[in-house]
Amino acid sequence: MKGIAVTGMGIISAIGSNLEEIYSSLISGKDGISYPEILATNHTNLPVGEIKLSDLELSEILNLPKAHFYTRTALLAMHAIKELLKKSELAQFPEDTGFISGTSVGGIDKIEAHFYDFQDIVEYRKYIQAQHPGFTTEKIAEYFGLTQTVTTISTACSSSANAIMMGAQLIESGRLKRVIVGGSDCLTKFTLNGFSSLKILSENKNRPFDNDREGLNLGEAAAYLLLEAEDCIKGKPVLGRVKGYGNSNDAFHQTASSENGEGAFQAISKAIKKAGILSSEIDYINVHGTATRNNDLSESVALKRIFGRNVPDFSSTKSFTGHSLGAAGAVEAVFSLLSIQNNEIFPNLNFDTEMSETGLTPVTNFQKKKIRTVLSNSFGFGGNCTSLIFQKDA
Amino acid sequence: MRKLYINGISSISPQNEAIFKGSTPQQYENNILPAQAQDYKSLLQPMMLRRMSKGVKMGLFCAKKALDEAEVKIPDVILVGTGQGCMEDTEKFLSNMLESEEGLLSPTSFIQSTHNTVAGQIALDLNCNGHNMTFTQNSVSFESALIDALLQQNDQNIKNILVGGVDETSNELTGFQRLDGQIKKEGHRNLELYSSQTSGTIISEAAAFFALGSEKLKHSYAEFKDVEIINSLDEKILESRIENFLKRNDLLVSQIDAVILGKNGDIRFDQYYDQLQNGMFSATCQLGYKHLVGDNNAISSYAFWLASKILKEKKIPRIFKLNALNCARPRNILIYNQYLGRNHGLILLQDL
Amino acid sequence: MSDLHTELKKSIIEQLNLEDMEVSEIENDEHLFGDGLGLDSIDALELIVLLEKDYGIKLTDPNQGKEIFNSINTMADFIEKNRTR
Repeated sequence: MKGIAVTGMGIISAIGSNLEEIYSSLISGKDGISYPEILATNHTNLPVGEIKLSDLELSEILNLPKAHFYTRTALLAMHAIKELLKKSELAQFPEDTGFISGTSVGGIDKIEAHFYDFQDIVEYRKYIQAQHPGFTTEKIAEYFGLTQTVTTISTACSSSANAIMMGAQLIESGRLKRVIVGGSDCLTKFTLNGFSSLKILSENKNRPFDNDREGLNLGEAAAYLLLEAEDCIKGKPVLGRVKGYGNSNDAFHQTASSENGEGAFQAISKAIKKAGILSSEIDYINVHGTATRNNDLSESVALKRIFGRNVPDFSSTKSFTGHSLGAAGAVEAVFSLLSIQNNEIFPNLNFDTEMSETGLTPVTNFQKKKIRTVLSNSFGFGGNCTSLIFQKDA
Repeated sequence: MRKLYINGISSISPQNEAIFKGSTPQQYENNILPAQAQDYKSLLQPMMLRRMSKGVKMGLFCAKKALDEAEVKIPDVILVGTGQGCMEDTEKFLSNMLESEEGLLSPTSFIQSTHNTVAGQIALDLNCNGHNMTFTQNSVSFESALIDALLQQNDQNIKNILVGGVDETSNELTGFQRLDGQIKKEGHRNLELYSSQTSGTIISEAAAFFALGSEKLKHSYAEFKDVEIINSLDEKILESRIENFLKRNDLLVSQIDAVILGKNGDIRFDQYYDQLQNGMFSATCQLGYKHLVGDNNAISSYAFWLASKILKEKKIPRIFKLNALNCARPRNILIYNQYLGRNHGLILLQDL
Repeated sequence: MSDLHTELKKSIIEQLNLEDMEVSEIENDEHLFGDGLGLDSIDALELIVLLEKDYGIKLTDPNQGKEIFNSINTMADFIEKNRTR
């Protein structure tokens, strides 16, 4: 089994508006963590991974008519998918292309902005449906003329990793030939205040896997992959393959991860089994690594349970982007594919001291290394744990 | 290909499950229909129950009942379709945040506002480590979960799949749907939904869950055959899409014994159903359910419940009928639903 | 029992939705977490909010909560010493 071919990708995040910009930030160690300027919040002391383009600017880039009603999550997604389309050399997506989008926030930005306006101001009522994440997906689908299999996965911070997994399964089962998978989430007051109420936001730049980590920085991003069946590839370059995947529920707590990292352990095990590889074949792990006390410890324990003393090179790229929630899995899938293509490991920034409990040290400097197989982890609220394995083509 | 049998079912809706046995239907007039009260304490622990919104309660309660009927303790997979998700908690956190202008906020409602709260709580309650997914795609949320059920059963190790649909209502957020034309402006009697000449529909809260298994049991209900979702489609090609779907399952239109339609009394979009009623299914027994249980993003799970009951008990209660045709021995049932002319879903069930 | 003890019990029942519980059912020295009342880490966060809202006490490190929220007695002691309102 070769795995499902990835034949296109597109991305926007706090470290760049396209693949080239993002790659250049990753190799030069330039993070995208700043104080909020676009998001209108009182919490100006909380660093975020914000994309410094307003909704209006994004709309102009996308040539949208003035009176549109796209949510910010949709705008970011459209920006990313447009890049994917452009680079795929397709004029437009073929009619049978499926679309599976992961999102946690959806269109909450529009609901929080207009909650008190709906009663009196008729023009804002077009956003009433935005509470429902599928509305955002539908608007994106409309923009690209995707009319067939279109759905939304919303499993908090593993949403887009799950979308990638489902896309791979749809192709494997023969139900689809071609599918756009990934996810998008924008910064909102709702999520910033929510994570703040959970006391897991850091007032400094996030420090994944560090003993003195203080919490996460919220981010925003969109990233999508094009997956295609073998008979659609026809000599097109294959960027990498979705070789393995697995989802498991921690079944421990609504938000916290278990001490033994059971969900993570099972998700990684499933992905390795599906890929039909040995754990020792994994060259690099793009860890979930949110930089909360709880996640990083639980994830370390799971890694040690899987790999024993030989934990492969790993890093959390959330130190660059912040935690873009539902989009994170797809963002890190793109980073994993960049690692594979370029034989490079992007560093875990802001790391100083290893965790006393597990003593694991991430890769802290940009590194050249032969990379064939990458494991990418995404864990979310509700105990939702997903692991994906990407591999070099052939 | 392995088969998927419906081995346990449970529904909570504005109607009692006994409506299938001919009990008098509940009547509503204000266009937002509440689910029937349940003895939640009989199955859910009080310490868990205290934080649960209606949707979580309904979902977990139905999940446990369906699994119980199928004699499954822990399923291998948990799949939930919920369009609006946990609206009550979303609304609670949102309004507290706006009123306090981002002041000091209590975290519980934020935690519970994520769309996968129901699926997560079921996993937590059952201590189930299996594949756990939540789909939120308007009127095909439940259908999307069914697609995943078909994908997961490709894995030979998967024996039992829990799949369900749930949607709750909340004061403000559901109320807004009166403003944008989703809910009918004038109060409308639910039982007279189909004679409505106005736009909009009646909205409800409901849940229905199913234990699907790869093994047939003595008391299995039916076989779940296939599902398809189509995001947008011209009315003109609806019939040919349905024909293709049936063909894929080696069936002709004439072999469909009953068609369950998601007609919701919205004159702007009911023509999709009218066309089927007057066209390809004019000689088929036609059923409706939204005059009883209203509409919401996961309500096709109620149609799935209804089809399961019909195929097991081999009878069709009159209250669901949209035409006068009878069907002595229902074998194949097709479910078709859409909302606002988008997100079309097709589901096929077959008797055993 | 002081007024503060009763007040605390009332707000805990209300804030944590302990619907079926009466003030008289919570003992002053009973463990609030684990095998006592059975509260969990989400409740701990709610109690932090309660301290700040009702008594003007800001806990910066959630880990501090462990000792403070041991029982109604320990909570009341801590509040007496640190309250700003």
